Amino acid sequence: MDLVNFVIALGMAGAMAIMLARLFAGPTLYDRVLAANSFGTKTVLFLLVFSAIAGRQDAIDIALLYALINFVATIAILKFFRYRSLEIALARMSLRKAVDGDFDE
Amino acid sequence: MTLVEFGQHALFAIAVGSMTLGLMLVLAGAIGVIRLPDFYTRMHAAGVTDTLGAELIILGLILQAGDWQTMAKLALVGLLLFLTSPTATHAVANAAHRAGQKPDLSKFKPEHPRDAVKEESAS
Amino acid sequence: MAYGVGLTAVLVVLWLVLSGSYTLSGDHKVLLVMSVLSIAGAVYLTVRMRILDRETVPLKPAFALFGYWGWLGREIVAANLAVVKLIMKPEIEVEPRLIRVPVDLRTGLARCVFANSITLTPGTVTVDVEEDGFLVHALDNSFTAPEGFAEMAARTDEASDGRREAE
Repeated sequence: MDLVNFVIALGMAGAMAIMLARLFAGPTLYDRVLAANSFGTKTVLFLLVFSAIAGRQDAIDIALLYALINFVATIAILKFFRYRSLEIALARMSLRKAVDGDFDE
Repeated sequence: MTLVEFGQHALFAIAVGSMTLGLMLVLAGAIGVIRLPDFYTRMHAAGVTDTLGAELIILGLILQAGDWQTMAKLALVGLLLFLTSPTATHAVANAAHRAGQKPDLSKFKPEHPRDAVKEESAS
Repeated sequence: MAYGVGLTAVLVVLWLVLSGSYTLSGDHKVLLVMSVLSIAGAVYLTVRMRILDRETVPLKPAFALFGYWGWLGREIVAANLAVVKLIMKPEIEVEPRLIRVPVDLRTGLARCVFANSITLTPGTVTVDVEEDGFLVHALDNSFTAPEGFAEMAARTDEASDGRREAE
């Protein structure tokens, strides 16, 4: 079983290298963001396999955190490059509340 | 005793098989990201790895995990990837579309006028 | 109120699974206090943001949605094989296309589930959400059968909103 895990970890490292190549080569910003997001997914898988190889449970918690941070970082990068700021959507939300009034359900 | 041993062997075989399949899918997705011509098509190749490949590898890890807490945590990671990866893909695609990035549609003739892409103002 | 209780229950279960300490008395007093504080804080913030509703805590459609995932899984496997076959050809010959998928879904939850299902199925990605449909980018013409989208829409609708009344 350890051999299989080791092969999987090597394969993840290879896929991460390919993603890095696309991240450096990517002609547009969105290619890079996509490659970064996919790189993060492979990092999560790598961490999970690592935890199985090394027999360390903590790596799973780190993988969980990494998955969350990866998602939030992707959204944050996209939002920043769309609005060139991280505040506009919040301002819009407060504006909508002011227009619609304080609603309750 | 033999039944238990058979069960263990079967579990082992299923774990190895699903992890190998997952690895092949992940590598296929990575190769697709390198080979496909434009951004919108690369997005599909990245989606392959994020859905089935990751879930299969996590399934294999769950089958070889010893205690239930590890299994539950692995399942949680799998659920999280399952929920966030389409959202992230859609976010990237939508951002590219709104920014005015045009997909390469040279080979596509719309059969229905409704399918023709309207000119949308980049907001 | 039921949503608040449901959310609290889900968070408690999540904490127990992640921390692995479930004895009330013991050496984990700090952990217990932290758990109560964080769960109460999370529920309070959810209530304060006014997002505590059917979409944040989908308790009622949860089982139907799990059933829907079984069907979705089969679709994902089939589409995955098709995409891998396309990628692994020695010559890349794809016909990317952008189509509109008109759907008639009742609630925001159904629309969200449908758009996510399209994106989860490899070969099709939801690019934009419009008033009465979705703009979908597909990798090849084999992924854009209207019957497939119609079946997915019908199953999504039933799973997230219950059976539709006969009109």
